[in-house]
Amino acid sequence: MASSFWNIAYQQATKSGVLVAKVYSFLHVTTNYLAFPAYAFGPSMIPTLHPSGNVVLAERISKLTRGDVIVLQSPEDPNKLPTKRVVGLEGDSVSFVVDPGKNDESRTIVVPKGHVWVEGDYTQNSRDSRSFGPVPYALVQGRLLWRVTSKIVKFSLVYINCESSDALLSSERLSVQMLCSQVRFW
Amino acid sequence: MGIQNLLWQVTKKAFTGGIIGVTISDRCCSVVPVRGDSMSPTFNPQRNSYLDDYVLVEKFCLQDYKFARGDVVVFSSPTHFRDRYIKRIVGLPGEWISSSRDVIRVPEGHCWVEGDNKASSLDSRTFGPIPLGLIRGRVTSVVWPPQRNCMLALFMVCAFYIIKWVSIQLHVPQDSLWKL
Repeated sequence: MASSFWNIAYQQATKSGVLVAKVYSFLHVTTNYLAFPAYAFGPSMIPTLHPSGNVVLAERISKLTRGDVIVLQSPEDPNKLPTKRVVGLEGDSVSFVVDPGKNDESRTIVVPKGHVWVEGDYTQNSRDSRSFGPVPYALVQGRLLWRVTSKIVKFSLVYINCESSDALLSSERLSVQMLCSQVRFW
Repeated sequence: MGIQNLLWQVTKKAFTGGIIGVTISDRCCSVVPVRGDSMSPTFNPQRNSYLDDYVLVEKFCLQDYKFARGDVVVFSSPTHFRDRYIKRIVGLPGEWISSSRDVIRVPEGHCWVEGDNKASSLDSRTFGPIPLGLIRGRVTSVVWPPQRNCMLALFMVCAFYIIKWVSIQLHVPQDSLWKL
């Protein structure tokens, strides 16, 4: 009978619709409030992250400490999500060289309240707080927790290592086009 | 046990409803109260009124962060990240804003926000231009109280007459309608 066919079709459609809504909402809540996978590429976090790309898991739950690698929304472009390391929390004094190509003049800045100071590990080729200043806390998207390291899926912790990585690298600039690590969501 | 089963069903439904509500509130739109009088007379035109304005905040603008001068936006405070402010965008990236002493250029990826009530408003004249990434939504309309929202008032009046007409059609005695 025609009416019961449409009844059944309507019921199936609403069931599928509700299921899609539930799955989408669950994914949204997990991605926005718990943890999210991301793809980080670019040269500014050598040697912690490989420039050609790393699959990482970033979590949004824990409080930030000095030395964490975080994903943030760039203050220069809200659609870009660089990955950098937290070097200073609010109230810390950070010193940096203003223009390494010109001279050795350095400045010391006190990080204002509600902001963090981020720098890439490969400071020669990294666009970070030395260019765009301290980053408000609300722009921080998550803290890197895990990184997928090999073709066989194997997880390793991204270690908190505050020592400077300059000793491991030469001072030559890499000739790559990316100026900062970018992160892509899936 | 019947009670346990019932509790479990209720919990599941509440959990699902909560998650879907959070998703709609984050992705589509949400209703937020306006506190304070920094946006008088646009919002909260009377001081010390017991009724705060409730506004509809739409979240579709967060897909590409394209705003226009004059949009009223909700954004997280740059200094206290848990607080949210409602102000109007007065300067887009690349524009020049004249503050009290000098002329400031709004950097790329930032915007200049000011409250409509310049006398009592904590805005970009204090904390400078804010990054666009801090914006959490754009205000489209006032939804409460109804005298500030003619669409809602019209809707409520029409709904009243529609219910009255339907009840007449269904032969519901008009006295019992008021007792509902």
